[in-house]
Amino acid sequence: MADVANGLKVTATGPAQWTRGKVAVALVAVAVVLTVLRYVGLLPDALFRIPEAMIPPAAVWLDAAFNFVKDDLGLLALTRTLTEGLEWLLDITANLMFGKRRWPFLGPIPWTAVAGVAAVIGYYLDGWRMAALGAGTFIWTALIGQWTIAMETMSVLMVAAPLAFFIGLSLGILAWKHAWVNRAIKPILSVLQTLPFFTYLLPAVIFFKVGPTAGAVATTIYAIPPMILMTTLGLQKVSPEVVEAGNMSGCTKWQLLRHVYLPSARTEILVGVNQVIMLCLAMVVLTAFIGMPGLGAKLLAMMGSFKLGRSFEIGVTIVLLAVMLDRMSKAWVVKQPEHFERDTPWWRRHWYLVTGVAVFVFFCIAAQVVPVFAEIGRTQNFSQGKEIDTLIKAFLALDPVQNTTQMIRYVLNVWILNPFRDFLLSIPTPAFILLVTAFALSLGGKGPAIYAAIFFGLVALSGWWDRSVITLYSVISAVTLAILIGVPLGIMASRSEKWSRRALLACDTAQTFPSFIYLIPAIMLFGVTATSVVMSILIFAMVPLTRYTIEGLRTVPPEMTEAADMAGATRMQKLISVQLPLALPTMAVGFNQAIMFAFFMVIVAAFIGTQDLGQELQRTLAGTDLGKNFVLGICVSLMALTFDLTIMKWATHRKKALGLPD
Amino acid sequence: MTADTVISCKNAWKIFGADPKGYLGSMPATHSFDDIRADGYIAGVKDVSIDVYRGEMLVIMGLSGSGKSTLVRCFSRLHDITGGAITVEGQDLMSLSEKELIELRRSKMGMVFQSFGLLPHRTVLENVAFPLEMRGQDKHTRRERALEVIKLVDLEGREEYFPRELSGGQQQRVGIARSLAIEPDIWFLDEPFSALDPLIRREMQDEFLRLQGMLGKTIVFITHDFDEALRLADRIAIMKDGAVEQCDTPDQIVLNPATEYVRKFTEVIDKARVVHAGVLAQAGSTGDGPPVDARATVQDLARLLVHDERAVIPVATDGKVIGGMDRAAALDILLETS
Ligand SMILES: Nc1ncnc2c1ncn2[C@@H]1O[C@H](COP(=O)(O)OP(=O)(O)OP(=O)(O)O)[C@@H](O)[C@H]1O
Ligand SMILES: [Mg+2]
Repeated sequence: MADVANGLKVTATGPAQWTRGKVAVALVAVAVVLTVLRYVGLLPDALFRIPEAMIPPAAVWLDAAFNFVKDDLGLLALTRTLTEGLEWLLDITANLMFGKRRWPFLGPIPWTAVAGVAAVIGYYLDGWRMAALGAGTFIWTALIGQWTIAMETMSVLMVAAPLAFFIGLSLGILAWKHAWVNRAIKPILSVLQTLPFFTYLLPAVIFFKVGPTAGAVATTIYAIPPMILMTTLGLQKVSPEVVEAGNMSGCTKWQLLRHVYLPSARTEILVGVNQVIMLCLAMVVLTAFIGMPGLGAKLLAMMGSFKLGRSFEIGVTIVLLAVMLDRMSKAWVVKQPEHFERDTPWWRRHWYLVTGVAVFVFFCIAAQVVPVFAEIGRTQNFSQGKEIDTLIKAFLALDPVQNTTQMIRYVLNVWILNPFRDFLLSIPTPAFILLVTAFALSLGGKGPAIYAAIFFGLVALSGWWDRSVITLYSVISAVTLAILIGVPLGIMASRSEKWSRRALLACDTAQTFPSFIYLIPAIMLFGVTATSVVMSILIFAMVPLTRYTIEGLRTVPPEMTEAADMAGATRMQKLISVQLPLALPTMAVGFNQAIMFAFFMVIVAAFIGTQDLGQELQRTLAGTDLGKNFVLGICVSLMALTFDLTIMKWATHRKKALGLPD
Repeated sequence: MTADTVISCKNAWKIFGADPKGYLGSMPATHSFDDIRADGYIAGVKDVSIDVYRGEMLVIMGLSGSGKSTLVRCFSRLHDITGGAITVEGQDLMSLSEKELIELRRSKMGMVFQSFGLLPHRTVLENVAFPLEMRGQDKHTRRERALEVIKLVDLEGREEYFPRELSGGQQQRVGIARSLAIEPDIWFLDEPFSALDPLIRREMQDEFLRLQGMLGKTIVFITHDFDEALRLADRIAIMKDGAVEQCDTPDQIVLNPATEYVRKFTEVIDKARVVHAGVLAQAGSTGDGPPVDARATVQDLARLLVHDERAVIPVATDGKVIGGMDRAAALDILLETS
């Protein structure tokens, strides 16, 4: 303790950089002392873990609060009313897409008609390739025999995405118009963005009906924040002179918004649309956890029963859908209206609309005549699930393959992961908090350090300390491994323009995949084991790491590398002493994202069977343990926020110090 | 003249910054532009009093950043002024309700913007028809009218283009067409011809002169081009650091610059091309012999001034002698700048 006091005294006098380090060292020293005391058996149990009796029953309090809001304030009545409207919409899309027996009793739309319309839209947006992607995705889905489950997913997406768009747009406009709305929304948004998706799921289940309705609600809420941000951003960027021109033309406020602001902010709004669609897809797949049928549920079931072939096929479908939706909505962003010569007839102006309707009608009629155009039956599809399954399993059973995976598993588990986990668990709680605080202090400074101490203190009080530490252990080990692989990959790719572009494209594409997809290769190689969890997190976290490494290195100002060249530096010297230090702040953004992704993935991966918070969270979904669900969610959120605050603070600070643009 | 004042601007201030009103209230009246800037504020318009008369073309000149656009924006209440008062057609601009303001803009005002301010998502035709649309005119009428003015600015055949598909000069002409479409009584033109080639520029100038002469429009015109100013202006206002240094007829500005700054600013102008015989005519000694026309510039009379030997040459408007011009004085003007 004397050390700490000393450190604090220096703070008052010495230069900031130096003392920060000293305080951090002092904190670490105390932590080490505590840990050693524990090892030799001198530390009382009460200092090792907070005793059960001292843990406040936060879950119970939260439950009481929820019950109050739900029943006494009548929120449940309100949401149940909303449910009816939503259900009506969902029934319509469900009827149209996969023929659920509900009003308007028109569906299902033949798969050929959907594929045809997708091709026309794709062609309109970006020519033949997009048309092929659009049609190809749906043709694959139909032929592989997944049409119905894919359309179950799409029917929810078709309700959730527009809903998220309109709500986000309206809130965005309000936040732009009224400063106080903006002030009120901003903090909520930043909390929403770090809350693990599981905390969205349970309230949705409780307040709305289980199944598609709850799924649609959770999906919508999850996708709203970026739409708000993009709308506000776009509206703020409209050129003032265009607005003045509108004013001088005598626009009323409403006319100004409708005819001047919104069309001028088109690009940003469409970028928002892209993000809404992608988030909706990511979430709608995850709603499998609350029993929503569709691609996600099927994938979950297939992976659970280790049917690798079918999992793989569903994975391809999800990836194709993601890539198609992403590419098409991005093409829409850059698509500019084209002009027609005067007196062009109506049908020429609306050529694509006419073609689209024609194609649709044609296939609808054709489907009446040729049944396979309408639906591909169980026995007609081309699914190779079994065969692929046998193939993969045979491949895995090959001696060299088996030996390799076995060895990786053994080395990882026995030498690295398990010892590391046991070590983390053996650290007394106060020492652990001190270590995290020291980390935040040395990187981010005083502010993040205080947050770190408070946040981890709260986690300790939540009563879920061990599971939190195991969660953290998965995250840290996976991200460390991801750094060891992803950063060198990024460095290699950044050497040439061509490879950088390719790697960035690959990363961007991979980022559009719903997180579930990353479980497939891990499970294929390592089965349903803890190694798979680390592996899937590793792959997921590697994507942003590689991406930002390339971006950081590519944006190092050329005059700096040239200066190093002129000084006669070797490639390695240049990399280590010039490029990496300058790229580090950008790379830090990548680290941060990797950690956030890892926290996210660790919960998804929990379904494989782990001992962390994720599994507990999944268990709460089965019941109606709202309070516990929130406590667990908040634990994850607090740990994630600690890293987020610290690393981002460091990155901005460092960028400023190096004179780099934000 | 007051009866015919369209815009009357009394001690108008426009200050940019964190708390302009509070700052203006607490600021000593003697503060200069630089003092204000030192306090972290910018005086876009600084204590300007100016009247614009019906049917005149008032040209505003001044260096970049001198506040020309800001002043015009105050006239149209695109900016709310920080202090002073501006009345348009007798109505106090600042006391108008939103509805009245929209009504005023729809019925009386038009503006061409320095950087065009075209709506990027609308075609040329839709851009030009936009103000008509806002007034609720039916589709057919506004289309007819828009096509008419598009022809006038020589953009026939590009009606369906989008702004980004046009050159700078073409975009500017769309902006001009948009304001022509509604034929407003009061016209604010912020460097409307800056991007046009000389030929079209001249055509456009003629068009505006025609409209002003025929329909009695009031025009406030900003330009950096002296030739343009001299060709168009009834009066010229010269601005510096947000303040109007002098506002007068072109002849008076070159002959009697109010400040050193105005003198410097107008130095480059060939005075002989600006000064009219009528301005030099002095009542009293009218001289003898055949008179010269009051509307002729000194340059127009160059040959006569050199060869004629009379000391005083009579000047006449419409055949009626109004005074005599001192030949030596006129010769001075002719020779000084050449
Ligand atoms: N919205 C604004 N906010 C802050 N300052 C402004 C704003 N608009 C103009 N200014 C400032 O007011 C001053 C006058 O600008 P103004 O646009 O009126 O100049 P100008 O005479 O039209 O110049 P130019 O010939 O380049 O168009 C400038 O110093 C400018 O920076
Ligand atoms: Mg200007």
